[in-house]
Amino acid sequence: MIRLEKRPQPSRAWSMATPLVAVLATMIFGGLLFAALGKPPVEAIRTIFWEPLFGEFSFYYRPQLLVKGAPLVLIAIGLSLGFRAGIWNIGAEGQYIMGAICGAGAGLAFYPAESFLIFPLMVVAGALGGWAWAMIPAVLKTRFGTNEILVSLMLVYVAEQFLASVSLGLLKNPEGFGFPGSRNLQAWDSAHNAELIAGTGMHWGVVAALIAVIFAYVLLNRHMTGYHIRLTGEAPRAARFAGVNPTRLVLFCLGTSGALAGLAGLFEVSGPSGQVSIDFNVGYGFTAIIVAFLGRLHPVGILLAGGLMALTYIGGDIAQSNLQLPAAAIQVFQGMLLFFLLAFDLLTNFRIAIGKPEVA
Amino acid sequence: MSVPLLSLQGLTKAYPGVVANDTVSFDIGEGEVHALLGENGAGKSTLVKMIYGLVKPDSGKMLLRGQPYEPAEPRQARADGIAMVFQHFSLFDALNVAENIALGMENPPEMRDLAARIREVSETYGLPLDPYRTVGDLSAGERQRVEIIRCLLQDPKLLIMDEPTSVLTPQEVEILFKTLQKLQSEGTSILYISHKLEEIRTLCDHATILRLGKNVGECTPSETSARDMAELMVGSSLQTPQRGARDFGEVAMDITGLSVPAPSAFGTALKNVHLTVRKGEILGIGGVAGNGQDELLGVLSGETLTEADAVKLHGQPIGKLGPTARRKLGVLAAPEERLGHAAAPDMSLTENAMLTGSVREGLEKNGFLDWGKTKEFAERIIKAFDVRTPGPGNAARSLSGGNLQKFVIGREVLQDPDVLVVNQPTWGVDAAAAAAIRQSLLDLAAKGAAVICISQDLDELMEISDSFAALNEGRLSAPREAAGLTVDEIGLMMGGAHGMEVAHV
Repeated sequence: MIRLEKRPQPSRAWSMATPLVAVLATMIFGGLLFAALGKPPVEAIRTIFWEPLFGEFSFYYRPQLLVKGAPLVLIAIGLSLGFRAGIWNIGAEGQYIMGAICGAGAGLAFYPAESFLIFPLMVVAGALGGWAWAMIPAVLKTRFGTNEILVSLMLVYVAEQFLASVSLGLLKNPEGFGFPGSRNLQAWDSAHNAELIAGTGMHWGVVAALIAVIFAYVLLNRHMTGYHIRLTGEAPRAARFAGVNPTRLVLFCLGTSGALAGLAGLFEVSGPSGQVSIDFNVGYGFTAIIVAFLGRLHPVGILLAGGLMALTYIGGDIAQSNLQLPAAAIQVFQGMLLFFLLAFDLLTNFRIAIGKPEVA
Repeated sequence: MSVPLLSLQGLTKAYPGVVANDTVSFDIGEGEVHALLGENGAGKSTLVKMIYGLVKPDSGKMLLRGQPYEPAEPRQARADGIAMVFQHFSLFDALNVAENIALGMENPPEMRDLAARIREVSETYGLPLDPYRTVGDLSAGERQRVEIIRCLLQDPKLLIMDEPTSVLTPQEVEILFKTLQKLQSEGTSILYISHKLEEIRTLCDHATILRLGKNVGECTPSETSARDMAELMVGSSLQTPQRGARDFGEVAMDITGLSVPAPSAFGTALKNVHLTVRKGEILGIGGVAGNGQDELLGVLSGETLTEADAVKLHGQPIGKLGPTARRKLGVLAAPEERLGHAAAPDMSLTENAMLTGSVREGLEKNGFLDWGKTKEFAERIIKAFDVRTPGPGNAARSLSGGNLQKFVIGREVLQDPDVLVVNQPTWGVDAAAAAAIRQSLLDLAAKGAAVICISQDLDELMEISDSFAALNEGRLSAPREAAGLTVDEIGLMMGGAHGMEVAHV
């Protein structure tokens, strides 16, 4: 008989190894899935994981990796702080939208002036926009004990309506021939989040994401606030005993994750996307939740997971067009990855034992 | 004595990494009250689980009245006339007494007949109990009666009782002993597990002592001193905590007219609590579990905030200060629940040293943590309090209960507190370690600290405290000088037997 036995303490080796094992298992079972669909499995896996990095057109895909990975990492880092403490911000998508609107709006107020101050101002406004949107569930939770999961999620839909409203009204391009959407920020130097090195995809958002990773790492490992976050997540009563103020922790975690999501929105709207439009948001805020867990809420893990997620998105797109794999199969493939990751995660705290169980 | 009721012969049971029982043999005679003594982890639980059919021995055999006895499961053990009252009750709060008892029966009779039987048995054995009362409303002592009556309805030949008195007031203990003596006079044998030596001396005919899974000796408790039995249990001569004469200084901490509503549906409200503790004094607070101990500790540690004036340190109001601010002022605490309250289970000992040590040990500078210094602090605790662990990098949950308790107490004691509040400081700790912990509390008081020791172990409180008060349903009795208090007086302070009286048999 096969059983699970709880380890006396979490295994360090397994917590490192499980992501690799999960990717491997996803490749095997994904390959079987593709084979069942009548597609060449090895070719499909190679297309997804290899083509974007080292294939014929990798000069185009590699920058895309940074462009897609940066917002995911930036948002996921913020979310992971709260998740570590058991504070669930599910509404990063809404904070991302509000960051983009506020940042772009603050910039467009000065159009068409040219000044090196405009972009920093937009960055601050973007962060504040996301922060303010996240403060709504935070204050409601600390004041009235509402559930932050529901409130933050619902606010995503409010933010989407707000986005549609400003795209059609307040921020609509006066010279846009009546089409919805703001002026294109890429065409305005002072507000353009341009590539720092041409052709690399490296923009300010990527820099911000890397800084966020380092910041989160230091916070969690070397700072009292990070220690309190971890303590609250692992043993809430012990955290109270240690002197953690739960209200301040909720405000800090939701605020930080909101601000980082807002930043991600700003860097996107002023860079790759270029304008505030009705369909500006593409789900980074939700995917980042997966990235945060894929990286097991560890800053470095999130960095790698963001890269991996971006890779499967881009590789999945290539496989769709090159091999005519159905989009649903790619989604199943991505779902498998998360599933295996969470499943193998069990091995960090449990070991598999074979034999008859002992009665405790 | 011809054929013993139950004869254990060379029982051995090994778990991975530890031999829980190593060729244990002894006999339990008909109508005998047999004590099974031993420290935590000596193998008492494993042994009775084998007798009750919960665990199968690796080798050795059992004879019941000369016949081979190999219970495959508890049902079979019950059918053979062996019943057990567990330390932890398995009762449903929302059901009444009769329904709870019916749930445990193979073929429950009609509820009305069962109620009549329960009433009959409870009156015969002096355990008054109304079969229609909801279990959620019963005290711990009454709940235990439900478990005992559940066993008695089976007419057992052998009744196993696992630490039955740990939840009882002295008066309730007396009622229980009367019941057990009556059972014995009717020919029922009792296997009585405890580490409370005095009660074993009054109750038991014979005692078997286990140490590290081995039977290390037998004795007749009434003819052996408690000290000798304790030394057999520990395997070395026992250090009795030494208390020197101490002068009490000024009042260190006082609480006046403190009332706090119950924090949850299962909590206890504190009602008009007054207490003072002076420098160098150890105030013992007794009481049966669930009478407000956790809540009182929360108020003292700063986890629960109150009116500023309700809690005072050296005359300064501190009721509105949180745990960190209180630590800065020298008020430290060690809660009862080790895993999850006093320590975070998955964090290392180093990280757990940070938990309360950051302020007083200077482990933090401008919010940044000094892990090197924290590790040294953890190592200091491990060394000073003899915590058995490979090193400070190990997770708190990997330590045994007693070792973690030593760590938790050591962490506070080494921070040199002005006022230390501990709840159940030696709960689940072996005798030698318990003596060391008590000694450290006495030493702390000798150095001039005020100590508040909340405990359910009356022997412990009598051993170390200078004054004694008891918690009962959130009310604290007026403190009295501990020296010279009799068990009866303590029982009355604890609220008597919760309105129950010994039925006239």
